[in-house]
Amino acid sequence: MVENLRETRQGEVLFTDYTRGESVKKALSMERQDVLFEIKDSKLKGRGGAGFPTSTKWMLTAAAKSEEKYVVCNADEGEPGTFKDRVLLWEYPDLVFDGMIIAGYVIGAKEGILYLRGEYEYMLPSLEAYLEELRKDNLLGENICGKEGFNYDIRIHLGHGAYVCGEETALIESLEGHRGEARNRPPFPVTTGFNKKPTVVNNVETLAAVTRIVEKGGEWYKTHGTDKSTGSKLLSVSGDCEKPGVYELPWGTTISELLEKVGAKNTKAVQVGGASGVCLNKAQFDRTLGYEDVGTGGSVIIFDESRDMLKVLKNFMEFFVEESCGQCIPCRVGNTKLLEGVEMIEKGEFTFGYINKLKDLGKSMQVSSKCGLGQSSPNSFLTILENFKDEILNYANGGRNGK
Amino acid sequence: MENKDTRAPKSQQPHVVPKPEHPEHIGGSISIEINEKKVVVPMGTTILEACRNEGIHVPTLCHHDDLCVAGVCRICVVEVEGMRTLQAACAFPITAPIKIKTSTTMVRKARRHVIDLMLSEHYGECYACVRNNNCELQSLANEYNVDHYNFGHVKESQHEVDDSSYSVVRDMDKCVLCKRCVRTCIDLQEVGVLEASNRGDETKIATFLDKDLADVICINCGQCINRCPTGALHEKAVSDPIWEAIEDPTKHVVMQTAPSPRAAIGEEFGLPAGHSMTQELNTAIRRIGFDAVFDTNFTADLTIIEEGTELIIRLFQALVEKKEDVALPQFTSCSPGWVKYLEHFYPEYIDNLSTAKSPQQMFGALLKTFYAEKIGVDPKDIVTVATMPCAAKKYECNRPEMNDSGFKDVDYGLTTRELAKMIKEAGINLPEMPKSHFDNPFGDASGAGLIFGATGGVMEAAIRSVVEFVTGVKAEDVFERANVMPVRGFDGIKIMEIPIGDQVGPVPELIKHLVPNWDWLKGATLKVAVAHGTANAKKVMEDIKAGGELSKCHFIEFMACPGGCLGGGGQPIPTSPEIRKKRAEAIYAEDESLELRKSHENPHVVQLYKEFLTEGPCGHKSHELLHTHYTKRGKYIA
Repeated sequence: MVENLRETRQGEVLFTDYTRGESVKKALSMERQDVLFEIKDSKLKGRGGAGFPTSTKWMLTAAAKSEEKYVVCNADEGEPGTFKDRVLLWEYPDLVFDGMIIAGYVIGAKEGILYLRGEYEYMLPSLEAYLEELRKDNLLGENICGKEGFNYDIRIHLGHGAYVCGEETALIESLEGHRGEARNRPPFPVTTGFNKKPTVVNNVETLAAVTRIVEKGGEWYKTHGTDKSTGSKLLSVSGDCEKPGVYELPWGTTISELLEKVGAKNTKAVQVGGASGVCLNKAQFDRTLGYEDVGTGGSVIIFDESRDMLKVLKNFMEFFVEESCGQCIPCRVGNTKLLEGVEMIEKGEFTFGYINKLKDLGKSMQVSSKCGLGQSSPNSFLTILENFKDEILNYANGGRNGK
Repeated sequence: MENKDTRAPKSQQPHVVPKPEHPEHIGGSISIEINEKKVVVPMGTTILEACRNEGIHVPTLCHHDDLCVAGVCRICVVEVEGMRTLQAACAFPITAPIKIKTSTTMVRKARRHVIDLMLSEHYGECYACVRNNNCELQSLANEYNVDHYNFGHVKESQHEVDDSSYSVVRDMDKCVLCKRCVRTCIDLQEVGVLEASNRGDETKIATFLDKDLADVICINCGQCINRCPTGALHEKAVSDPIWEAIEDPTKHVVMQTAPSPRAAIGEEFGLPAGHSMTQELNTAIRRIGFDAVFDTNFTADLTIIEEGTELIIRLFQALVEKKEDVALPQFTSCSPGWVKYLEHFYPEYIDNLSTAKSPQQMFGALLKTFYAEKIGVDPKDIVTVATMPCAAKKYECNRPEMNDSGFKDVDYGLTTRELAKMIKEAGINLPEMPKSHFDNPFGDASGAGLIFGATGGVMEAAIRSVVEFVTGVKAEDVFERANVMPVRGFDGIKIMEIPIGDQVGPVPELIKHLVPNWDWLKGATLKVAVAHGTANAKKVMEDIKAGGELSKCHFIEFMACPGGCLGGGGQPIPTSPEIRKKRAEAIYAEDESLELRKSHENPHVVQLYKEFLTEGPCGHKSHELLHTHYTKRGKYIA
């Protein structure tokens, strides 16, 4: 049994007390557009990593003409080093599901779908039981909480282990029973999503934040974080530190503050944003977490002096070579080439010219891949090679490699 | 392109913004900039379309005019001002006043990278490839001045070649995963034999459980070959044994050519689409060393007589003899791709298929019996070759039941592309050839047989004959210049009603023993339909199953390939709606230029019934040589 640490968690926005249904009832007492304005006022941005303004997404979906609309909660938490959604779903299902209900109300959906990461199957029985409770309390079902005409239910769809299905359009493909492959965008899911209907796809944490924003107001929410990155962020901290785990910190926290908080010593590198994120070296530890500086979906992996950054990079690249959905050329073949480059460095059989070619390739991948996977997969390659140049390119033979 | 029945995954479907009815109205069009030039386009135009309209070249690879958008190769990326990433021109519908740049450094670099990456995985050398000089990857490499491999080049074969099928060879070493074949098979043809499997660097195009192509429900239409940008898919070559037979003095090697290859083969010699080369080809084939060259249209004419008679018998049984279980509507059986499609997907309708063999197979059977006798050559020494627009014909001639002459009726099915290669190999420049006629005893056939090549052609040929048979009125008096326009054109499904009226003629001599008179058809309306491409065939079959309008038809023409035979899987590459239209025009123009335009007036056919098939159409000998049977295959193959 996975422990429930809700009682011991500390935070200012999410990790606080909340009574199930409070926000839903409040939202239902308001006009749909007023709820939307509240969220707009909060300046909430998507917590999955891309940071798209949530209110804009909702507004577009709400404005889309269709009888049928969907709310999808993206719980396919697959980014290496990310485990905060797991905690939210396990310990704070009230925040998440209330957020989904509010989203359904605002955009005018009848169905919400929780796309649950395959590896989180163990949560399924308790989540199903929780949904059953919501139905009993009339937080799901017909005329929810007495709101005439608001009929809404939530179902859970289990993923099957593909990283790409965290990308929203691939997730929708998977929901429809197809191969997990990103769609062409435009159209965006807000107009043409699940079953070609307007669909809002939000990260677990985003929906949890919505619940708090509705409860306490956008103004209150903005008192946390920075001007451009309002509110708090859940960080999944792992690696070389004394206190790994999930932390709720306001945006604007610097890397060194975070390292201190989690008891990291002799830190050499911090990978922010998971395998698809960026790798920072010591000189960059004064940078702040936030959309304006180092954005992240929540993964922070800490490496101390004992770690070999080339191995770290190789691990990431192996991950992408395997997890690319394989449809577009820059991502499928590009990642293979980057991995081959890493292996060349490992063996000491490389030229600086070729490594530069690969960096160039990485930049092309960032702009020409079909979806976020290929667009972000070269990030660690580029940043690790840049920030740990000396260590890596002098990898073997006492630094006499490369021509 | 928007098709609610399509089985293609939505990741491979286009976002179609419906084009406004009146682009000139406010809001119907939008002003954009391409390379700093102002352009007004209708809302929903893709960037690629907008660029092409302006004559701005944007390279493409996974895009194909016949297929839905995939957006997977990323070669067509362009810069759109204000967007962080480059956008695939083929998949981007314009709905805002965007500014596009098609050739910035970032764009060119990204494209070059895409080409480099494809080449790094593409095993094999251009000079040892069937698609040498007609390969889109090769052209791209040329266009982007690739003079060396930036990211290496795979040195060893990674995949075994699958040549299990009689028709289609899959050489996955050359596959660039553009998924055109997948979209062709799933979406255009709705057969669904190919799909991507695995992911990441292990992604590949695979059949069900990686079985051999011969062991899955492939209908051999070869449409995937026509759309493959590289040499990953090609027909199974048979020219080597043909060359050997030509060299062998003991063999009498004869060729039959179908109308569609003749209308298209010029494209292989640099001519624009739409030039018929029938008589030049006759000369070229003889110069290659064939002993005789015959016109498949002869047996097309024969097919009309046999299949038409079969239809009359079925109608007579159903309407006059009131027999139950008469399978109607009768389906045509000339297209071996369609036949196999029906055998797999609708085996319960097998009795509806005409038992008449396809023209190719009829000819084969006649060549090794009637012809062999006539020229006094032992049929074992006759080698019959058929030039067809078709990949499935290769399979058809290898069907075990196709040996009614006592030998393999047709020894080799050759595609248009293969024949073009043989001609080139023989050092012949086809367009320069003098013209010559087909050989006797089959001679030049009718225009009715000729138009078999276009969708609706079989039906038109049948209508020309049936109308004259039944009403005694000349087809020219019913249809202007005997052109049956309602069954022409590229609409997916065409339906036509032909009222017989109260005036019926005498029953022609040829079938007098089968029906006493035509009185039973007085006032009747013959209802026929035409479908091309198996996706349309599927719609027809589903409608018949549901008891819809099409189930009331008497006769339906089906062709497996879009456009009919002229769009066949053995035709010159590339193909597009435009090219197929040109080929159709060439075929119809040739038909109109002929004196003889009705199958039953073909003097050689009349002679054949007098001399050889003396019991008439659908008689004993016809059944023995010209008719066949089918196999209920279903979708499950061990």
